[in-house]
Amino acid sequence: MRDLRLHCETVRAILTGFIDNEVRKAGFERVVVGLSGGVDSSLAAFLAADALGPRNVWGILMPYLSSSPDSVAHAKLVVETLDIHSLMVDITPMVDAYFAAFPDADHVRRGNKMARERMTILFDHSARLGGLVLGTSNKTELLLGYGTLYGDMASAVNPIGDLYKTQVRQLARHMKVPDVIVEKQPSADLWAGQTDEEELGFTYMEVDRVLHRLVDQRYEMADLVAQGFDERFVRAVYHKVQSSQYKRRLPVIAKVSARTIDRDFRYARDWGR
Amino acid sequence: MRRFRLAVAQIAPVLGDVDKNLAIHEKVVQEAMAQSANLLVFPELSLTGYFLKDQVTSVALTEQAPALETLRRLSQRVAMVVGFVEEAAGHRFHNAAVYLEGGEIRHIHRKVYLPTYGIFDEQRYLAAGGHIRAFDTALGRMAILICEDLWHPAAAGIAAWDGAQIILCPSASPGRGLGQAEPFQNTGTWERVIRAYGDLFTCFVVYANRVGYEDGACFWGGSEVVGPTGQSLAKAPYLEEALLVTEVEAGALRRARVANPLLRDERLDLTMRELQRLIQGQGQPGGGGAG
Repeated sequence: MRDLRLHCETVRAILTGFIDNEVRKAGFERVVVGLSGGVDSSLAAFLAADALGPRNVWGILMPYLSSSPDSVAHAKLVVETLDIHSLMVDITPMVDAYFAAFPDADHVRRGNKMARERMTILFDHSARLGGLVLGTSNKTELLLGYGTLYGDMASAVNPIGDLYKTQVRQLARHMKVPDVIVEKQPSADLWAGQTDEEELGFTYMEVDRVLHRLVDQRYEMADLVAQGFDERFVRAVYHKVQSSQYKRRLPVIAKVSARTIDRDFRYARDWGR
Repeated sequence: MRRFRLAVAQIAPVLGDVDKNLAIHEKVVQEAMAQSANLLVFPELSLTGYFLKDQVTSVALTEQAPALETLRRLSQRVAMVVGFVEEAAGHRFHNAAVYLEGGEIRHIHRKVYLPTYGIFDEQRYLAAGGHIRAFDTALGRMAILICEDLWHPAAAGIAAWDGAQIILCPSASPGRGLGQAEPFQNTGTWERVIRAYGDLFTCFVVYANRVGYEDGACFWGGSEVVGPTGQSLAKAPYLEEALLVTEVEAGALRRARVANPLLRDERLDLTMRELQRLIQGQGQPGGGGAG
């Protein structure tokens, strides 16, 4: 775990500087963040409040009928602790209206729909409130593809996307995110009793150690096996990263012109900012 | 060389906006003059920002460009090193830094080592320079090495063996790898490198790094002036804009070279023979990487 340890105060300075810089450069002063009551969105809100001042942060709570009551309670705790603006939008009516036409949809389809419903509300409030949507996906779930494309993966600026889940917890503790949020079982809360680690089949601690070696330290899979990691586990992790690559890229464009977007038409996202 | 006041402009250039960056330069020049600086060193690509990609050709300047004319005129009052994209003959685009003094261009260095790995993509957009030269100024003999150039010890060696008393290193270093008290892993590498060079080449090393963010990459600042025994003489804060001002004392160079006559004992003839051997053996195990 030593490799994954953060010098939290330094990282805090880098990430709050990032939020302040990228938000203002885009011509905004505010951010809009979906608060799930989990550690990722809580930390994102804490960083944003630190960077921009709490009155420039809008926390949007978007529960569904089956969402755990704890989720809403913990999101409210973040709002109260930080003294940020907040708003609750119940997504049950719109999600249920849709699935009335598709009553046999399984929980994966329903979960994805909920994530995308929340995305449309966040971007609508981005326009309504004049704030950028703050991303809350961490590096572990981005690499594993454990998120909904155009749902919770959608944002304008993401301060925590280069931190593994175990690092998110470290920084959250440092920033004084309430213990009850940092220490609870991570869950997408898309259906009752769901937990990330049960659904994934491994703990974040286990997978972060593998990802950090494969991605950051550039070990090959064979090196990890030689170091004593279980080969099936390492291969499964590698496969998840590989098979979810499409989620981390723009849609593939058929090239016919001399200059194609993101192939040979290359500008920084900060172009002109 | 003579005693003088050195200033390092740890600024956050605006990506791809020469006009805005020129305004930043003019403001910092005023501040440096208010502090009686004789030389002001700006970071790499200070007039353009760093991750330019396809913008390179749109922001490129010739030696006669108005932005450089403006700064050239200001150099009648304070000498300065400014980073820009140079459009050279044949429409080659270089990552360049110019030394302006007394209203004249004294020297232009074109970055020799264009990093093209990891976060970097310079060779895709830019042409490599082909020279490393020390040059004389009113303040002493200097050489410019831009950022990655300094990670090649031979480049710093050539500058020192060519008589440079001061190595100027404009830089745009994006942080990579989590650090400890220092922001990033590469921060630590830079600090070790410039202090070792000061020590081994018994010269001053001026490291001018920028701050700010481009596409999420964080330029970490921490500009530093190192003396000829490797000690840090002045250090700017990490992650924030600053104007670092310090005295450069010529006597320190003499004392360091008396105590540690490494440059006197340099064996360029031997180095040359061994380099020839490595070049001839290129492609063989242990063969040289030149070319």
